[in-house]
Amino acid sequence: MTTTLLPPVERPTAPPARRRRNPRDRRSTPLTVLLWLCAAYFLLPLVWLVIASTKDNADLFSTFGLWFGERFSLWDNLVSVFTNRDGIYGRWALNTVFYALASGGGAALLSTMAGYAFAKYRFPGSRALFSVTLGAIMIPLTALALPTYLLFNTFGITDTPWAVILPSLVSPFGVYLMRVYAADAVPDSLIEAARVDGAGEFRIFWQVSLRLLGPGVVTVFLFALVATWNNYFLPLIMLNRSELYPLTVGLAQQQLASAQGGGGSQALFSTVITGSLVSIVPLVVAFLFLQRYWQSGLAAGSVKQ
Amino acid sequence: MASTTTTHRPTATRRRKQAAAAYLFIAPFFLVFTTMLVVPLGYSLYLSLFQDRLIGGTSFVGLDNYVQALTDSAFFGGLGRMAVFLVVQVPIMLGVALFLALALDSGRARGSKALRLVYFVPYAVPGVVATLMWGYLYGRDFGPIAQLARAVGLDTPTFLDSGSILGSMMNIVTWEYVGYNMIIMYAALRSIPTELYEAAEMDGASQARIAWSIKIPAIRPAILLTVIFSVIGTFQLFNEPSLLDTIAPNAISNAFTPNFYAYNLAFVNQDVNYAAAIAFLLGLFIAVVSYVVQLGSARGERKQESSR
Repeated sequence: MTTTLLPPVERPTAPPARRRRNPRDRRSTPLTVLLWLCAAYFLLPLVWLVIASTKDNADLFSTFGLWFGERFSLWDNLVSVFTNRDGIYGRWALNTVFYALASGGGAALLSTMAGYAFAKYRFPGSRALFSVTLGAIMIPLTALALPTYLLFNTFGITDTPWAVILPSLVSPFGVYLMRVYAADAVPDSLIEAARVDGAGEFRIFWQVSLRLLGPGVVTVFLFALVATWNNYFLPLIMLNRSELYPLTVGLAQQQLASAQGGGGSQALFSTVITGSLVSIVPLVVAFLFLQRYWQSGLAAGSVKQ
Repeated sequence: MASTTTTHRPTATRRRKQAAAAYLFIAPFFLVFTTMLVVPLGYSLYLSLFQDRLIGGTSFVGLDNYVQALTDSAFFGGLGRMAVFLVVQVPIMLGVALFLALALDSGRARGSKALRLVYFVPYAVPGVVATLMWGYLYGRDFGPIAQLARAVGLDTPTFLDSGSILGSMMNIVTWEYVGYNMIIMYAALRSIPTELYEAAEMDGASQARIAWSIKIPAIRPAILLTVIFSVIGTFQLFNEPSLLDTIAPNAISNAFTPNFYAYNLAFVNQDVNYAAAIAFLLGLFIAVVSYVVQLGSARGERKQESSR
């Protein structure tokens, strides 16, 4: 059932050099204005975040939210972000990077191997196993987090980095994407030729196929990386020690502490806001750069056919 | 190329070797799949059949937890709120995403590339930070929206009381996910062969007409995918209620969303057995709803095919 309904969405087969006609003579000004108004909506909170990061606590609550305050306190705020509670923010940032890279890398590797096998090999049970994988896309991962916590709790691996990384390695959607991608990106004739040359199946995978699968692997890696980077629920329930927190959980706890009036934690709203800004900079920058890589990768994938 | 029959004929040994390799390729994924997905599901099913009482300790109670859940007005309140979310927010979000994808694909706006990036950027912002930002923007005293309203002489708008919080939450989720859905639809639009609508364009068909009659039917599977992801996402909302709870504790009940309810049951009430039952029911419910969505869509597709 699911097999026919899930579309090959990201299939990298946009034929090169379509849309040759010059679009400049058909530009529409009302549409442009409308679309930039939409853009303003998406930018508004981020603009606010940048401006608010330059304010101290007093200005934050006494000046207009979408314009700068009387004092420019960005540097003071940054210092406070990285020195508050002996610089635990840096620890959270490192944790986030580590969890995201480990989960993204692991999920990409597992999905690539499985998707490649489903696309390029015939073996008993492959249809059934692939259907199970597709069905699992429907399983709500957040609803699964609680059962996973209960299970991990009995084995005593909650409150360790494993508790965050291991559940994030499962990416049924990644397997699906890699199967679609591998079916097109790796020609059967190439695999056959490598076999004739006497290469084993694993050597073919590592040395021949993986190179052709590159852009697809990056896509799956990015999806898994972003999912882990932004995840809040899983680390929230799995981790107790604040030195293991990722940024999301750390910031939320700081925010809670500020909202409840400090209580000795000394966390200030301006610190939380500036910390939020710092936490989104890496992903936003990565998006700007990887967008280009992503597109060129997709184009390369379509030329290779 | 070697054309010797011995190397080319897929003998039984060779085939078995290849199948063995394939199993080794899928083994790591399915190992993690089983331990992180199947086993937790089974374990929570098992847990949900027990109850922990002050007197008598843990005992097997069969389906009692499920009976309790099915008569639990808090659980159904949360489900109901999510149903409203599904009926109101998801169509708005996906409608906007589809419009933006079509508009960008038509190539009629200046700065399309920058626009695409701007729309997509919220996806890079964690839900925690998004909720935090909007929480400040919504603020009654210091939020810029309230400040602006007062400056032009309007009443201070309330975003964070019990009547408006669901709408405020819808806005946050829309802000977060329009770009993500737009990218999925846009990718699908880019893979439609231009020949499909170039002729219509020459004949003077309007962009709206082309979008409605050619482009939207062509990316139907991608749209369905976004619908299903949205259904799943809606019913497991957690970050937004949990974070808004810290700034608007009176507007968010501990069962505001089913997932938030399950969390509170397990970690505040320490009732893991009942929480497991709720989580399991929720998962089942989501699976059923997304299955129904698929069925409905498949029927619609058949209707469309036969009317052609």
